[in-house]
Amino acid sequence: MLDEMGPVDAVGVEERVAKYGTRSIKKAAKLFGLKLAVSMVDLTTLEGKDTPGKVAALCVKARTPHEIAGGDPAQIPMVAAVCVYPAMVRHARRALGASSSVKIASVATAFPSGQAPLRTRLAEVRAAVADGADEVDMVINRGAFLAGEFGRVQDEIAAVLEACGPAALKVIFETSELETYDNIRLASFLALRLLRPGDFIKTSTGKTSSNATLGNNQVMIEAIRDHYLQTGVAIGMKPAGGIRTAKQALTFLVAVKETLGDAWLTNRRYRFGASSLLNDLLRQLEKERTGAYQAPYAFSEATESY
Amino acid sequence: MTRLPITKTPKVYVGGAFIRSESGRTFPFKDARGAFVGHIPQCTRKDLRNAVEAAAKAGPGWARRTAYNRGQILYRLAEMIEARTGELAAALTPGQPKGVAAATREIGACVDRMIHYAGWADKYEQLLGSVNPVAAPYFNFTVTEPMGVVGILAPAEAPLLALLSLIAPAIVSGNTVVALASEPNPYPATVLGEVLATSDLPAGVVNLLTGFRKELIPTFATHAHLRALSGVTSAEETKALQIGAADSIKRLHLQPAESPIDWYDPRVQGLYPIRNLVEFKTTWHPVGA
Amino acid sequence: MPAAPAAKKSRRPSRPAPELIFGDLWEFDPAPETADPKLKPRYDLFIGGAFVAPAAGRYFDSINPANEQKLAEIAVADERDVDAAYAAARRAQPGWERLSGAERGKYLYRLARLLQDRAREFAVAETLDGGKPIKESRDFDVPMSAAHFFYHAGWADKLDYAFPGARSISAHGVVGQVIPWNFPLLMLAWKLAPALATGNTVVLKPAETTSITALKLAEILQEAELPPGVVNFVTGAGETGAAVVAHPAAAKIAFTGSTEVGRRIMRATAGTGKKLTLELGGKAANIVFDDAPLDQAVEGIVNGIFFNQGHVCCAGSRLLVQEGVADTVIAKLKQRIRVLRVGDPIDKNTDIGAINSREQLERIRRLVDAGVKEGATLHQPPCRLPAKGFYFQPSLFTDVQQSHRIAREEIFGPVLSILTFRTVDEAIEKANNTAYGLSAGVWTDKGSRILKMSTELKAGVVWANTYNKFDPASPFGGYKESGFGREGGRHGLADYVKLG
Repeated sequence: MLDEMGPVDAVGVEERVAKYGTRSIKKAAKLFGLKLAVSMVDLTTLEGKDTPGKVAALCVKARTPHEIAGGDPAQIPMVAAVCVYPAMVRHARRALGASSSVKIASVATAFPSGQAPLRTRLAEVRAAVADGADEVDMVINRGAFLAGEFGRVQDEIAAVLEACGPAALKVIFETSELETYDNIRLASFLALRLLRPGDFIKTSTGKTSSNATLGNNQVMIEAIRDHYLQTGVAIGMKPAGGIRTAKQALTFLVAVKETLGDAWLTNRRYRFGASSLLNDLLRQLEKERTGAYQAPYAFSEATESY
Repeated sequence: MTRLPITKTPKVYVGGAFIRSESGRTFPFKDARGAFVGHIPQCTRKDLRNAVEAAAKAGPGWARRTAYNRGQILYRLAEMIEARTGELAAALTPGQPKGVAAATREIGACVDRMIHYAGWADKYEQLLGSVNPVAAPYFNFTVTEPMGVVGILAPAEAPLLALLSLIAPAIVSGNTVVALASEPNPYPATVLGEVLATSDLPAGVVNLLTGFRKELIPTFATHAHLRALSGVTSAEETKALQIGAADSIKRLHLQPAESPIDWYDPRVQGLYPIRNLVEFKTTWHPVGA
Repeated sequence: MPAAPAAKKSRRPSRPAPELIFGDLWEFDPAPETADPKLKPRYDLFIGGAFVAPAAGRYFDSINPANEQKLAEIAVADERDVDAAYAAARRAQPGWERLSGAERGKYLYRLARLLQDRAREFAVAETLDGGKPIKESRDFDVPMSAAHFFYHAGWADKLDYAFPGARSISAHGVVGQVIPWNFPLLMLAWKLAPALATGNTVVLKPAETTSITALKLAEILQEAELPPGVVNFVTGAGETGAAVVAHPAAAKIAFTGSTEVGRRIMRATAGTGKKLTLELGGKAANIVFDDAPLDQAVEGIVNGIFFNQGHVCCAGSRLLVQEGVADTVIAKLKQRIRVLRVGDPIDKNTDIGAINSREQLERIRRLVDAGVKEGATLHQPPCRLPAKGFYFQPSLFTDVQQSHRIAREEIFGPVLSILTFRTVDEAIEKANNTAYGLSAGVWTDKGSRILKMSTELKAGVVWANTYNKFDPASPFGGYKESGFGREGGRHGLADYVKLG
């Protein structure tokens, strides 16, 4: 299969993505980009210590990222989704209400390792959807992938897809474990061949040392582009973990603009899996609005307390 | 009863064959006492063209031989010269039995020069090539390659030693040559051709012409397939060659005929005559998985 | 198993083929670099460590090719000025060579550091004067120039190690240097740094349209307290260059520019005993095999031909694609060039800036017209070019044959000629089927094939799975009619010394 898809040169990918960082985004373009990025955030909490209260606070933040006194509430968009463990889905649904524009995404399939029997993983997916998840973030079987059992990887994705029903699926590769760009490109095609319009491929869980990078993002969006041009099926992309600053997010969006084009500059096709990113985006938006640099503690749910 | 000896017809060695000039022209060559020795081919620009063709044909194969193999062949050539010392010395001094000692010394120097360059074959690359530490994730290395067909213009003096001193550093790196022998003393080069033919040197690697510089230098200058010229030339010849070489951006390494060269001096040999006749090729490749 | 992406046509011909939209949903605002280039209204000649007015008192206007506005007046040096420059260089040479290598090196280190200090100012000046995107002058030309001084500084006291077995190593004396307009400061650094490290002194003529950064560098030479006369700059057009080449005090001439002028220089120096190095034109083949990393190859192709508006002697101007992937590669290239931003070079987002001069723009247009007339198919992405200034949109030619002018002549602009091949041998034959031999590119995933290609290609630089990479440690220079001599690395150093 690698022969058919062609190899990836690592240094070449990294040189390509380095150019995105040299784009200078100012004024109206910056405002547009920052707001677009806010609208693409899958606001995430994935911790053992998550509680219904924490999730409820996250949902409020998701719907109203930043309140500007006397300002136009429409100035800052809602985020795309909240992303929680399956056990938290019903609390999120209660906080957001039955018909919310903010989606609920849930990391099912024995996230992050995926090391549970398939039937257990599928049951987890069904439970999350039944509790109100709009989107399911699954992990692929990296063990099977690295052992060369690509058919098994695909069969498992297909089974999860079926278990999702109407929920959108995001297939997480855990790029740091696949290690090479060649593997990431291969994994992308394994998943893309199965996915439906509205589904996503996603870099990582955020639970390993290395997460979304511009390089991984590039290899995956190039696969999405190739698949789209060949089949007409448009799949979405979600880099997750490690994107913490507005500047980083804008650079990822430049990559999307210049690789996939305008049709992917929407949260229906591009997401950021992140938590602290949102406040940095808000901080930059406030700076643009007021002209003054902002302190981190001015934004709700900020983790920086100094 | 005295037996009438069979005299050898001097011929030039081109493409592994012994030929006369395509023009059919010759000039008589006489020994020191004025006695007739033979008719030397008066090679023309067409002969030069044919020799360049032969050299070009031999080039890729010769360049692709291993350095070790080229070294062995140069060594074998030295063996052949050593074995024919008497014949070559006599060729240097026809009709001058008293000159044989000096001539024998010249042949000895020829052998030593060939041995010197034979030994360079698998070493110069380690001194001239390099791995270059570039400031980016690339493996970058420079290797030498032969320039291609090299024209050699031998000086009047030391008709074998100077000729071989110019040929050896050219062919050791995989170039093939078309050499014009000493104009006043071309005869030894015709005998050298026979030595080359009996060594393991592939046909066409060395092509030896005899003739008149005035007639051939314009073609040496302008023949585009000759990628470099190496030799000893007068100021006037140098200028003509430099002007003519401009069209094909030819590489020239010409030493002035006006300053005497001691061809026996070990300083005329070494790494840098080889360096003059190689190209440097630098290759970049990313380092990544 | 997934099929090769984009390799097959859509199975449903009734539906329009999917397309990507590169529109204006997220248009970038202008982002001009605002650093002050600190230009003087008028630049004199730099001779003997001082700025001096030209003997004839004549000046010409240097314009910004991006908007055709005058930037500064530049002195025209005639034979008297060139003579004065050589006299200064000759006076300075013995002392400069006698200085210990370590001391010479310290001057070069100073130059590198001072240039780094003023990097942004120089980048803006370079962009205004030559039309190249600020992104390139800022991230490539200026830092690479400083790197060349830094690299060669370290050689100055180590020449004995560079030439094993040499009984003596000495400078040539005074070197005359003539450089082109495509990388004005960088070519100057390539020429000056090795010449100075080895103890030569220099008379250098910048290109007529791009003299400003050389004259700004003269300010740095003063700041560095370089001894007067070690470096002299004479500005002007071709006649000034001819005078630099012809001057009897020059022991060596180093030239970078067109093959045609290179030939003239060879003839002009014939019989003078001057040493010569020439870095001339190219028509490089960039060869893509069917197993190549195609997206990175496309990036390399773009970098190979659109870097610096294609004003690059080693530009990958002939793309040779293996037939099986030709359609895919061409489709990807067409997509890629749609997001290249052509326009004001001073804008930080500009990828392709202004063509250096009206004359060069006309030459590009003539050759592109010839390509169309000869039957090749021209592809240009839709893009708006500024009304004022010299611009040319990135252009691809398909259906190109080896015999077409656009496949043989150096266009020196953002124009790529695409040809196809079937086998390795055919690729080698086509790549080498040119009188040039400066550079080549190879794209394949197979290691042994890379080394085979690298061995067979008649070119001084082979970029494998990359293109247009440069480094002070990496020798650069051509085979065949692309010139002789190398610049960079230990090999480049050799062209500035006499070995005894």
